[in-house]
Amino acid sequence: MWSNVFVDGVHDLGGMQGFGAVEVEPDEPVFHEPWERRAVVITFGAFLSGTSNGGQFRHAIERMDAAHYLDSSYYEHWTTGVATRMVELGLVTVDELEQRAGGAFPLSGPDRGIATDPPGDDVIAPRYVVGDHVRVRNWHPPGHTRCPRYARGRQGTIARIDIVASVPDIEAHSEGQRSEPTYSVRFESEELWGEPGDPVHVDLWESYLEPFDGH
Amino acid sequence: MGTEAGSHHHPRPTSPIEDRVAALEALLAEKGIVDPNTLDDIVAYYENELGPMNGAKVIARAWVDPEYRDRLLDNGTAAIHELGFGGPEGDNMVVVANTPSIHNVVVCTLCSCYPWPVLGLPPRWYKAPPYRARMVREPRALLREMGCSIDDDVEIRVWDSSAEVRYLVLPMRPEGTEASSEEELAGIVTRDSMIGVAVL
Repeated sequence: MWSNVFVDGVHDLGGMQGFGAVEVEPDEPVFHEPWERRAVVITFGAFLSGTSNGGQFRHAIERMDAAHYLDSSYYEHWTTGVATRMVELGLVTVDELEQRAGGAFPLSGPDRGIATDPPGDDVIAPRYVVGDHVRVRNWHPPGHTRCPRYARGRQGTIARIDIVASVPDIEAHSEGQRSEPTYSVRFESEELWGEPGDPVHVDLWESYLEPFDGH
Repeated sequence: MGTEAGSHHHPRPTSPIEDRVAALEALLAEKGIVDPNTLDDIVAYYENELGPMNGAKVIARAWVDPEYRDRLLDNGTAAIHELGFGGPEGDNMVVVANTPSIHNVVVCTLCSCYPWPVLGLPPRWYKAPPYRARMVREPRALLREMGCSIDDDVEIRVWDSSAEVRYLVLPMRPEGTEASSEEELAGIVTRDSMIGVAVL
C-alpha cells in the first residue's frame, strides 16, 4: 500500500484537478467531535515534548498512504503523523497502539529522506533582491520539502524577502539544521499553467532557487 | 470498535478514529510524553480565545487609524502584537491590503498553515483538497463559485503560505461605514474576508 508515496506525496495538491466543489459549512464549530479536540491535545503535546520538529512532523503526514490521506480529515492526519513519529522514535509500538485501539492503527510509510550531514553553515545575507528573476530548481527529493511541485522549474520574480529560517528539507532528515533566507516569489499564470490568469506568490527557501537571466 | 470510555449514560459505538485517538492519548500520557491535563487548558484557549474576532479588531483599527494601517502593512507581526495578539503561527505575519485594483487571497497548498492568533484554527474547507488544489490554479473561478465575484479588471493575487509567513488579508472598508465606530467596524469583518474568499 506504500508503493508510491515516497516522492511527490499526495499532500502537494496545488494545481491538481478533480476534487470538486469547496464545501463551506456555515457557522462551523472549531471542533466537530470530541476526538478532534483530543487530536489537537495530542499534537500540541507531541510538539511540547520536543520529540519532533516541524519538518519531521509534516513529513510524517506527507508519507501517509495516498488514499488514506485524501479520505481522512486533517485531525486524522495529525493523529497519524504523531503516532508514526512516536513509533519511529521507539516511544510506543504498533502492537500497543492496535491493542489499545482494539483494531488497526494505520501509520505512514517509511521515511526515505536523505540526511544532509553536516548541514553546512547558516546563510544570513540574502542572495537575491526584490525584482530579481529566479527559477525554481526542478528536482524531486525523496524526502521532505516545502517547494510545491507546481512551482518547480518555473521562473518568477522575487517579491519580498522574509526571515532566515531552518531549511525544512534538512531538519526533517538530519541531526543538525541549516538556516537560510526565505522569499515570496511571484509567478505569472502563463508560466505556471500555460494560459492567461492571475499571479500566484509562493514562499520559498533560498536554496530552492537559482538565478534566471535568459528566456 | 470499542465503546466510548467514561460515557455511561449514552453508550454508543465509537468510530475507528475515535478509538485510535483515545489509544494514542492514553499511551502517551501513561509514558509521560504528554500531559493531557495541562494541554486541555491550552487547547481551550485556542478554541475560545483565538478566532476571527481578533483579526477583526486588527482590521477595524487599520480602517480608522491610517498610521496603524501603515505600521500593519510595514511590519504585520509588530502591529498585530500592539493589539495583544501573537504566538505560534503568528510570529511572521504579512498583511496584504485589498485595493480597487488588487484582491488578495490566501491558501496553503502543502498543508494547513493559517494565522492562528488572529483567525484561530482553520475551517475544514481550508484544509481540504478542493480548496488547496484549486485556489492556485483557477482562483477567479473558485472565488466566484464561493460567492465572491471579482471584477475582470481587478488582479487577484494568490498567496501560497508555503514557508514561515502567515498572511492576513486587509479587506477594503465598505462604503457607508464612515460614521461607524471602531467596535462596530470590527463587528462587520468576517473570517472569510480576512482569508480573501469574501469581500465586505
